[in-house]
Amino acid sequence: MHIDWHLVSTSLWPLVRGALIGTIPLALASFAIGLVIALVVALMRLSRRSLVSAVARAYISVIRGTPQLVQLFVIFYGLPSVGVTLSPWPSAIIAFSLNVGGYAAEVIRASILSVPKGQWEAAHTIGMSHRQALRRIILPQAARVSVPPLSNTFISLVKDTSLASLILVPELFRRGQEIAAYSQAFLPVYIEAAVVYWVVCLFLSAAQSRVEKRLDRYVAH
Amino acid sequence: MSPTDPGAGGGRPADVFSAPVHDGAPLLTVSGLRKSFGDNQVLRSIDLSMARGDVVTLVGPSGSGKTTVLRCLNGLEVPDGGAVDVAGELHLDFASPLSRRQVAALRDRSAMVFQHYHLFPHMTVLQNVIEGPVQVQGRRRDDVVPEAEAMLARVGLADKRDSYPVELSGGQQQRVGIVRALALRPQLLLFDEPTSALDPELVGDVLTVMKELADEGWTMLIVTHELAFAREVADQVVFMDEGYVVEHGDPDVVLREPREERTRQFVRRLLSPF
Ligand SMILES: Nc1ncnc2c1ncn2[C@@H]1O[C@H](COP(=O)(O)OP(=O)(O)O)[C@@H](O)[C@H]1O
Ligand SMILES: [Mg+2]
Repeated sequence: MHIDWHLVSTSLWPLVRGALIGTIPLALASFAIGLVIALVVALMRLSRRSLVSAVARAYISVIRGTPQLVQLFVIFYGLPSVGVTLSPWPSAIIAFSLNVGGYAAEVIRASILSVPKGQWEAAHTIGMSHRQALRRIILPQAARVSVPPLSNTFISLVKDTSLASLILVPELFRRGQEIAAYSQAFLPVYIEAAVVYWVVCLFLSAAQSRVEKRLDRYVAH
Repeated sequence: MSPTDPGAGGGRPADVFSAPVHDGAPLLTVSGLRKSFGDNQVLRSIDLSMARGDVVTLVGPSGSGKTTVLRCLNGLEVPDGGAVDVAGELHLDFASPLSRRQVAALRDRSAMVFQHYHLFPHMTVLQNVIEGPVQVQGRRRDDVVPEAEAMLARVGLADKRDSYPVELSGGQQQRVGIVRALALRPQLLLFDEPTSALDPELVGDVLTVMKELADEGWTMLIVTHELAFAREVADQVVFMDEGYVVEHGDPDVVLREPREERTRQFVRRLLSPF
């Protein structure tokens, strides 16, 4: 097979640019908003009030039990029929945030539960309220526990944002599709796009292990 | 009690190094305390009284409810019945349901030292100590830090100020646990088997600190199996079994010539385990 190296080199920048102004900002924004949703949902899920906890459980169940692509389509192509028309970017950020919210909620809930009961008691014994204990004692420890699984969630999210190409967000993979359609060089261009994703994820994995090493310092082995 | 007025005075020494306050005024009166977990009646009727500056050791077989007594006094468990009076200032009757505020008031009067320390692993030694005074009691950090440093120096941990709990031995962690409790300026110190999780060679350091606190006039209720410590330091030994106080009084009497057969058996078993 003949590889058009000129095409490969001229399409590299548009792909990287798609990552820089599309994929990465989309992933970062969705992850940040998604973590806030996840924290709220996790706390609701742990609530002693059964209605509150049931709502959280239902949310998690729906998010985890339906395909990400379907969630994207419901928001972008479905909502206009009830009068809610959103452009590609907001649709994508909402869909991915809600998705992260569902998955990360379970991670955060498990991390909160992993903090030993004695920590709650020690917090109470120095006079803390439930809320103070959660904020000052439990969540900081839960955060440490949840870094590895949440990093994995983030890396998955970076890859999943390629689905946003289907609702016209100009991110990395959409650029790839455009270049491939125009040049008809599907194999090299899609492989090139894959390589760009891979490099981004390599960076993220490296960052993840650095963060984990730092957090490890204060954790008993 | 306002958040800026922790401890509310009486019963504790003016500062850690001050002279004992043995004025004999009643500090703690527990009457008819009851607590069940499901069908398990753990505390059937517990009576206990301590004067200001008293050191009382609570002994009894495993599972007899010693920890539960301390937890009730620290508001970690809510008793099913009975009453607790602290210094004639706070009176709680558990016959009727209590508000969260009332439980918090009880907790403000006492501080707990746990068997397994339960230090906050994400905080340095100093942060562990000042967390309660600063975050809960609303005292100024600048006032609390020198006090905390002095107390750490007092228990031989001045150089561990910025260490994290994982970097400390068990004995050092427990001494931090004690300083964390002292920093709250409680009227009553509760110790739940403070040396049981320690390697034998580290027990002495912790007991020495506790003896010094007793000499300084702190009011202490201690669950322990260290009978030598009880005999030397305690004003009163309380022997519990099956949810009741079986026998209490002078350590030399209760531990040497117990009246009750159950106490005798318990002491004999502790002195010669096999
Ligand atoms: N939170 C709890 N839930 C159920 N049972 C408990 C709880 N805490 C203590 N118990 C039970 O109460 C009894 C007394 O326990 P504890 O106060 O820890 O005794 P001790 O400290 O004297 O060994 C035990 O049978 C224990 O299983
Ligand atoms: Mg116990």
